[in-house]
Amino acid sequence: MKNFAYLRAASLAEAQQAAARPATMLLAGGTTLIDLAKCDIAAPETMVDITHLAGLDTIALDEQGVSIGALARMSWVADDPGIRRHFPAISEALWQAASAQLRNMATIGGNLMQRTRCPYFRDPAAFPACNKRRPGSGCAAIGGVTRNHAVLGTSPSCIATYPGDLAVALVAFDAEIDLGTRRVAIDDFFLLPGTTPDREHAMEPGEVITAIHVPASPAARRSTYLKVRDRQSYEFAAASAAVGLELAPDGRTIADIRVALGGVATKPWRARAVEQALKGKALTAESVERAAPTAVEGAVDHGGHRYKIDLAPRVVARAILAVGGLA
Amino acid sequence: MSDPTISMQLEVNQRVHTLRLEPRVTLLDALREHLGLTGTKKGCDQGQCGACTVHVDGARVLACLTLAAQVQGRPVTTIEGLSSNGGDLHPVQAAFLEHDAFQCGYCTPGQIMSAVACIREGHAGSDAEIREYMSGNLCRCGAYPNIVVAVRQAAEDLR
Repeated sequence: MKNFAYLRAASLAEAQQAAARPATMLLAGGTTLIDLAKCDIAAPETMVDITHLAGLDTIALDEQGVSIGALARMSWVADDPGIRRHFPAISEALWQAASAQLRNMATIGGNLMQRTRCPYFRDPAAFPACNKRRPGSGCAAIGGVTRNHAVLGTSPSCIATYPGDLAVALVAFDAEIDLGTRRVAIDDFFLLPGTTPDREHAMEPGEVITAIHVPASPAARRSTYLKVRDRQSYEFAAASAAVGLELAPDGRTIADIRVALGGVATKPWRARAVEQALKGKALTAESVERAAPTAVEGAVDHGGHRYKIDLAPRVVARAILAVGGLA
Repeated sequence: MSDPTISMQLEVNQRVHTLRLEPRVTLLDALREHLGLTGTKKGCDQGQCGACTVHVDGARVLACLTLAAQVQGRPVTTIEGLSSNGGDLHPVQAAFLEHDAFQCGYCTPGQIMSAVACIREGHAGSDAEIREYMSGNLCRCGAYPNIVVAVRQAAEDLR
C-alpha cells in the first residue's frame, strides 16, 4: 500500500471540497478502499476520513418512506425495526451481505460506492489488462475463467459482476440517491460498463452521497431478498433476487410487483420484463414460472457462467412464490 | 523528504498510547508491530478470514481493513483486554476451553472476539443463527462444530 496523507473532514462542505480534488479519495468504512489500496489498485495521495461527520448516520422513517443517512452502518440498517417491518428485502439483503464485522464497518454510502470488481481487476501484477483499471488496456476476463462474471449488461470492454446486495433491493423499490444538491434515481446512479467501465456511478467531482431515500409501498412491505451462493454465508451471490408483491383485494391478482437481480449483471438489475409479464395476472405457480425466464432476456454467455442463465429465473420464481405464500 | 508519519493517540484496552505512524499503517499492524499486542492475528490481511477481529467502540471490526488513524478517539478492545483483570477468563474463553473449540488456535482470538460481540448483539439465539453471524471467522482446522457449541454455552452462561 502506497502511503498517503490522512485528513479528517470537519464538515460536509469540507468533504465535498475534498471530493473535487484530484488524487483525493473519501474514506468511510474502508472495507473496499483499504483492500484496493493493498492490491495497489487505489493509490490516492490523500484520504479524507468522513466517518466523524455528525448527523449523517440517522435512519428516519415516516409514511412517505425511509431516509437512510450515508454514514449509517450496514449492520444498523439490517437490524432496524422499521426497516425490517416496512422494507424486509432491504434488511435481508444487508444481513446476507459480507460478514458481521464488515457490516459494522461499512457505511450505506460506501456500500453504494464499492467498486464493481472481478478477480482479474483485483490482480494488476498478474493481469495488466483491465479496462476498468487502465482504460483501453483490454479485458483479461473475456476468454478467461468467467464462472462468476456477469451475463447481463456486459460489453466487449467489461463483464465484471456488480457484487453488492443492498443496491439490488434498492433498485427494486425505486430508491433515490441524495447527493446533497440533487437526487438521482438509483437505476440511473449505476452505469453500464459500455466503453467506459472505469466510470461506475453518475457522480460528478465534488459530489458526496448524503442519504438514500426509499419510498414506502405495499410491495416494499411484502418483500424478500433471496440469495443463492456457493457457500451458505459470507459469499457473493451466484444469483439473487429482490422481490416485492402487492395483491389486489381479491387476494390473487398481482396489483404491483418488483423484481431485481443480483450476482448476474454488471449493475443492480431491475427485471422489468418479469414485472410486466405478471402485473394484472393471477398469482399462480404457472404464471410465475412462465414469466421468470424473461429475467435473463438479452443474456450473453461467455462460457463458464452459463449456469447463471438457468439459475437466475429459478431464483426469481422461488422468491416470488415465497413472498406470495406459494412456496 | 518530509516526515511521512503523523502523531496519534490510540486507546487500547483502557490504556492510551501515543504513537508516530505513517497514515497507511493499519490498526492490525499498529497493535502487533508497535504496541506488542500479538494476540490479534494476521491471517489473510484482506478482510476475508476474521483472524484480526477486535472491538472498536464495542463493535466487532476487522483490524486489517481499519487504519490506526481512523480509531483515534474510539476505544479499542483486543483479546488481551477481554478479561476484566487480566487473570480470570472471560466466559467465552472458558467455553472455548471447555468445549475444545479449536485445534491449532490461530483463528481463536478472532473467533472469541467475534463470539463475544455475537452474543452481545443478540445473534446467538440458535445454532443456525450462530453459524450465520460467526461466518466471518474462518477456521481452517474445521473446529466449527465445537465453536458453535462453545458460543451457545457461553450465550447461556451470560444470559
